[in-house]
Amino acid sequence: MNYLNTIFILVVAFLAVFAEAWFDVIRNLIGAQIDLLPALIVYTSLTNSIFSTATLAVCGGLWFDSISCNPLGVSILPLFLVGLAISQSRELLLRENAFAQCVLGCVASAICPLLTMFLILNIGHNPLLGWESLWQLFIMTLGGGLLTPICFLLFDRIHWTLNYQPIVETSFRADRQIKRGRN
Amino acid sequence: MWGRFAGTMFKRSHYIALFLVVLFVVILSRIPNQTLGNMKLAIGGMFLPLFGLAATSHDLVQKAGATALPRSVLVEQNDQLRQTNETMTIHLQQYEGVWRENERLRRLVGWQKQNRWSLRLAHVITRDPANWWRSAHIDAGSVDGVRPNQAVVCAEGLVGRVQSVSERRSQVILLGDPELKVAAMVDVSREAGIVQTTSSSPQENNMVDLDFLPGNSDVRPGQDVKTSGDGGVFPKGIPIGKIVDVRSKDYGLSTEARVKLSARIGSLEEVWVIVQ
Repeated sequence: MNYLNTIFILVVAFLAVFAEAWFDVIRNLIGAQIDLLPALIVYTSLTNSIFSTATLAVCGGLWFDSISCNPLGVSILPLFLVGLAISQSRELLLRENAFAQCVLGCVASAICPLLTMFLILNIGHNPLLGWESLWQLFIMTLGGGLLTPICFLLFDRIHWTLNYQPIVETSFRADRQIKRGRN
Repeated sequence: MWGRFAGTMFKRSHYIALFLVVLFVVILSRIPNQTLGNMKLAIGGMFLPLFGLAATSHDLVQKAGATALPRSVLVEQNDQLRQTNETMTIHLQQYEGVWRENERLRRLVGWQKQNRWSLRLAHVITRDPANWWRSAHIDAGSVDGVRPNQAVVCAEGLVGRVQSVSERRSQVILLGDPELKVAAMVDVSREAGIVQTTSSSPQENNMVDLDFLPGNSDVRPGQDVKTSGDGGVFPKGIPIGKIVDVRSKDYGLSTEARVKLSARIGSLEEVWVIVQ
C-alpha cells in the first residue's frame, strides 16, 4: 500500500500542476494563483517515508517547472527542504489535528515560493517582483493553508476506500454468557 | 560534538534522500541550456493528453451553450455578422487598393518591399502556474510553422513572443513579463522607447512601462504606442496600447510613460502567430 500511496500522491500532484496552469479564475479574480504542491508535501512528509517526499519534490518540481518559465529543477530543492524539515520533526507535530495541518500548510506555502524566488534570483533571472508580490504571497499562504486539511481528508478517504478494513472482533463469547434466572 | 548533534538532527534515511536530491539538482544545473530546454519540452509533453481533454471539454461546453441559445438570438447574431462581413469586405477592397498603390510607390522610390503577414490561429490552453512570470501555452507548434521569436498578436494588438516550440504546442512570453522587451514608438510624435515591465501588479496586469524616451519628450496621455520594428523580432506597426501617464526620470534626462495594453492579456482565448 505504501507504493500505491506514493503513486496516488504523484497522480494528484500531476493533476494539481495541470489545474494550476489551466484554471485561472482565482488568478483573474484576486491576482494570484494558489500553489497546491506545498500542501501535498506537508501531507506526504507527515504520513509517508522521506523517499516518498523526495519523489514528490522531484516529480512535482519538474512538472511545475516544465509548464512554467522557471528554470528546470528550481522548484525541487525548496519543496524537498520543507518536506525534510517537517518529516524530521513529525513525531512532535499533531498531524491529525486540522488546525496544525492548516498552520503547517501556511508555513510550507509561504516558504516554498520564497526559496524558489531566492534561487531564481541567484541563477540570474529577472522575475516579476514588487510590493504587490507580498499580496500574492499572502494569497498563496492562505490558500495553501486551507488546502492542506482538504489534502488529508482526500487521502484518508482514498485509504479508507482501498485499504483492507480491520476486522473488529466482538467481546461476546457464548461460553462466557451469564445466564440469569432460577434454573 | 557536531556528529552527535547531526545524529540527533537527521536520520540516516534523511541523509541519503538529501544527498540524492541535491545530487540530482546539481546534475540538472550542469546540463547545457539547449538540452535543458528540450528536457523541459519533453516533460511538459506529459500534459498533452490533459491539454486535449481540456480543449475537448471547453468545446463541449461551448456547443452545449450554443444548443441552449434561442433561435431568435441566433438569427439576430447571424444578421449582425452578415452586416459586419459586408462592411469588412468593402474595407478590404479599399485596403487592397491602398496596398497596391503603396507597393507601386515603394517600387518607384526604391524602398524595401513590405511583406504581408502570414497568420496562424492558435488557442491559449494554459497559463504559467507561477505568479512571477507571465507566459502561456498555445496549441500550435513546429508542425504548424511556428518558430521561436515569432510575434503573437490578437485582434486588439500585440500579445507577446514565442519562446519555445514543440511539435504541437508552444510557449509564449506575454507582454508584462520582465523577460520580454519590445522596441516601440509613440504613434503621433514617432519617439522611440522600450516597452518593459519592472514590477508586478496583480490588479493591473494590463499595464507596462515605456522607458528610454528622450528627456524633452512630448508624449501625452491617450497617444497610441506601436511596435517600431527595430530589432527585427516584431514587425512594425502592431498596436501595443495607449499612454496613461508620463513622468520625468533620472533628473529629467529621460521620460517614462505607463502604457495600458490594448490586448486583454488576462483573458486571452485565441491568438494569432505571425509565422512569416
